[in-house]
Amino acid sequence: MRNIFLFIRRFFTVIVFLILQAVCIWFLINYNRFHHAQGLAAANEVTGWFNSKYNNVEDFFRMKEENRRLLRLNDSLMNQLPSNFVRIDTGQVVARDSVPFDTLGHYRHYVWRDAQVVYSTVSNEKNYIQINRGSNQGIKDNMGVFSSGGGLVGQVVNVGPNYAQVMSLLHVQNKVNVLVKKTKNSGTLFWDGTDPHFLTLTNIPKSDSLAKGDTIVTGNYSYAFPPGHFVGTIAEIVKDISTNFYVLKIRTGANFANLQQVMVVENLQLGELDQLMQDTRRKIDDAKKPNR
Amino acid sequence: MSDLLRNIVRLLLFIFVQVYILNQIPALHQYIIPIIYYLFILWLPFRISRIGLLFAGFVTGMTLDYFMNSPGLHAAPCVLIAYLRPFIINILSPKETAEFNYREPSPRSMGWTPYLVYVLILTIFHHFYLVVLEWWSFGSFLHLLIKVISTTAISMLLVIITELLFSRKMNYRTNTA
Repeated sequence: MRNIFLFIRRFFTVIVFLILQAVCIWFLINYNRFHHAQGLAAANEVTGWFNSKYNNVEDFFRMKEENRRLLRLNDSLMNQLPSNFVRIDTGQVVARDSVPFDTLGHYRHYVWRDAQVVYSTVSNEKNYIQINRGSNQGIKDNMGVFSSGGGLVGQVVNVGPNYAQVMSLLHVQNKVNVLVKKTKNSGTLFWDGTDPHFLTLTNIPKSDSLAKGDTIVTGNYSYAFPPGHFVGTIAEIVKDISTNFYVLKIRTGANFANLQQVMVVENLQLGELDQLMQDTRRKIDDAKKPNR
Repeated sequence: MSDLLRNIVRLLLFIFVQVYILNQIPALHQYIIPIIYYLFILWLPFRISRIGLLFAGFVTGMTLDYFMNSPGLHAAPCVLIAYLRPFIINILSPKETAEFNYREPSPRSMGWTPYLVYVLILTIFHHFYLVVLEWWSFGSFLHLLIKVISTTAISMLLVIITELLFSRKMNYRTNTA
């Protein structure tokens, strides 16, 4: 027993060093897997405060450019886009409360909220954006985020009371389903961690005839993003010799280096879609299991 | 100003410079990322205990990490260099006089060459560990080496500029003071 204490006393520094290293690595691994970290929500409130002070100064210098962009397109206009609405099948009687109707039988599928970016980086391999809206303002996990120019920016991954964390497209673990507007073929969009102006798109078959400058839009099957919204344009076309697919270099629609105003889009039907999926899974998968 | 207060102010300044100036500079190149905040650990007094040094490193790294939303990423290299610092100082200043006559490592207390070697070694350790953690899941070894070398070079440049701009007033410590 005495020897153990002597050992601990002798190598106390090394032991503390190893423990601290283990804590760091544990934080790192945990954060990357779940996009949550110990105490991050509380720390976000503090860093968010500093960031919003800094942002006040930064805003002043970028006001002119931002105003021009806002005039061109603001979020009240976005709310009136037809793609936000779904036509109800009038042959069926559907009881819906709490979902706003208009008199033409449209109901709202997506709702847009504006938010301000308080912190963002583009120089890391894993870039996040902080916005000044949180759960108090109705932001939830997995909502889509678009820039003020209409380009796709990313997805909310962590929400504090007044600030939220957005995983930007410039994050090597972010993979998004998108489609080429001209040919309607869908592929996977990701970032290779090098140039913040370009993303990589794969899985578009070589049978498509593509040209530089073709538009890439969000895919049809996403719970986070409304379909058909601008993502970027094709900048370079490379034919992958070993497979039957193109490897496309995409110029991002949103300029990540000077994001100021963004729009967060909420899928109002998400609860119902989610519920439906879970019910289906229970019904089909559980029915397959043999009864005991 | 007491040592503690002086170092708390210094930590805040280093973190703010790193987060709001260096991280906001438009990226020059994907390999060139200016990092300076770890100089705080290198500037801590000689007389701080080794355990205290480790915890100071951890707190420095975590503070930056909470600003950059990457908990653990910068804390791990900071703890590493805080652990290695006493060994490097022992090797580079065998006279053992500097540690008693001056408060903290600086070009004046150690001499320019030993001081720069001290900074260079710890910078390489810090950046190498940082880049390895960052590129854990992908990237080739050559990229990793280039990135370590280029970030080290830009960091050394920043350190030298900092030392020339802010020459810390070092009082020669005597028994009476």
